[in-house]
Amino acid sequence: MTTGGTEEAVTDVPAPRAAAGPEAAPRSPGTRWLGPQRRNLWFWVFVGPFAIGLGLFTYVPLVWSVYLSFFDAHNTVSPSGSDFVGLGNYTAMLSDPAFLGSLGTFALFTVFIVPATYALSLALALMVNRLRFAQAFFRSVFFLPTACSYVVASVIWKLSVFNGVRFGLANTVLGWFGTDQTAWLSTTHPPWYWLVIVTVRLWLQAGFYMILFLAGLQRISPQLYEAAAMDGARPGWQVFRHITFPQLRATSVAVVLLLVINAFQAFDEFYNLLSDARGYPPYARPPLVYLYYTALGQDQNLGLGSAGAVILALIIAVATVVQARWFGLGRKEE
Amino acid sequence: MHDALTRAGRALRVVTVITLALLFLIPFYLLVRNGLATEREITAPGWTFFPHELQWSHLTEVFRDPDLPLGRALLNSTLIAVSTTLGTVVLASLAGYGLARIPYRHAPVVFYAVLGTLMVPAAVTFVPSFVLVSSLGWISSLRGLVIPTLFSAFACFIFRQYFLGFPRELEDAARVDGLGYWRTYWRIVVPNARPVFAAVATIVFIGAWNAFLWPLVIGQDQEAWTVQVALSTFTTAQNLNLHELFVAAAVSIAPLVVVFLLLQRYIVAGVERSGIDD
Repeated sequence: MTTGGTEEAVTDVPAPRAAAGPEAAPRSPGTRWLGPQRRNLWFWVFVGPFAIGLGLFTYVPLVWSVYLSFFDAHNTVSPSGSDFVGLGNYTAMLSDPAFLGSLGTFALFTVFIVPATYALSLALALMVNRLRFAQAFFRSVFFLPTACSYVVASVIWKLSVFNGVRFGLANTVLGWFGTDQTAWLSTTHPPWYWLVIVTVRLWLQAGFYMILFLAGLQRISPQLYEAAAMDGARPGWQVFRHITFPQLRATSVAVVLLLVINAFQAFDEFYNLLSDARGYPPYARPPLVYLYYTALGQDQNLGLGSAGAVILALIIAVATVVQARWFGLGRKEE
Repeated sequence: MHDALTRAGRALRVVTVITLALLFLIPFYLLVRNGLATEREITAPGWTFFPHELQWSHLTEVFRDPDLPLGRALLNSTLIAVSTTLGTVVLASLAGYGLARIPYRHAPVVFYAVLGTLMVPAAVTFVPSFVLVSSLGWISSLRGLVIPTLFSAFACFIFRQYFLGFPRELEDAARVDGLGYWRTYWRIVVPNARPVFAAVATIVFIGAWNAFLWPLVIGQDQEAWTVQVALSTFTTAQNLNLHELFVAAAVSIAPLVVVFLLLQRYIVAGVERSGIDD
């Protein structure tokens, strides 16, 4: 991510603050606040509404959440002083096997979905990129699921493709080969529900990342391929390994970062695939599903839910910074 | 020999692409197929790929079911998606332009404050945001469903990146002609930056239409359900009317598929130019 504009903004500051005192500067206090040509005023006219909203609806909830996380706040959003529990909610959360299990579910989900989406979207991009006909058509087909919601996809997956009874598509097809019917979503040994959860997301998001890879592929200079051909590299695996893949490094980093961040926010498909009239099964609760039931379920334990949200936010922030460092993001060579 | 291998390889690739494309399209087909089949054909033990007779009456029937307020939900989703898109595009483009083009001492601080929120996914703040919205008394209201979602750091970032790469000459000419920041923005910058507006608007519209967690948390009364919440509530209900659910689901994605196919090139261009991998 480039930050070119900010340096420019810094160097364009009219005068150092020390020289802008009332005696030293001939300018009126109004000019000092408004800047030359009322630039400061205009800056806030443009950025102000957005910044105020962002502060109100992102920073205020964050701070409020931290505050609330120190209280035993059941069913209330403004706890009185007597309900103060200090770090009690945090210790409760961090020793709660269900919450820790939800982090485990997220970790496992990430281990499955990140490499699977990465590989599928890269493969789709490579294939579509080399097509000589109907390229736009195939790109559209793979990209189209991006328009579909997790709710709708879950309806299809849960009630048609992976239905536990005979009329499900998967069971019908397997039936041709004489295989027994499987209750996909309720079988935990082996964890067949996992197959349903992973494939729905794979279908929904692979096309989006394919577009990123296609953009990356188009930025690779044809001269590199010509040079490789001159050096006798065989088209196919060798060229991919020594030219294409290294050239896609920046795209790969972005794709992996986005995939991990999105995996962390998994809620829609878990909720829609697994919950039914009887409630949500005890397995496969990623952090957001767990927090949803803790904070907004019957118990309405908003203090505990806030503590969980703070812990999650910290984990995400640390993970993002570590990843960015690891991949050398921001140290981009110009 | 070598030629034959290359040709075989190409044929294999074409076959793979076509197979994958069919796999990607099957879920869409199932949605329509089950929506237009009779209840018995959906649940028949001898499941067939094609239903015998298409039940077009399901399309009107689904709007009359009092348990599934589809008409109302579609209206809510439309209102929310349109107002979220308009609001986000206006707010984020102004902020992006200010950050990219108006030199101000503290601009970097503001920019990093915006970037910082990208690190905390909106979904993780849903508990405190719920707390805030409920204390404002905005539960189950259009305000509660729309206003907190308008301040997209992602959209602001894309606009800023785009305006940084925008040719300065046009703006300089406008300034020489005596136009201020405001008029330069509306008369020169906006008309010349249509692709990025189209791209961000499409992405935001799709996101708002498909959003689930926030409408589920805030839209608690049936009158405030979006189409996603209505569908979800229906899948977890006891008496499931399968064909209705599939028709409703198909109806819910139809507008989006149309928007998507029409504006696809903007989304692709927007994603490619978003600078997220630069």
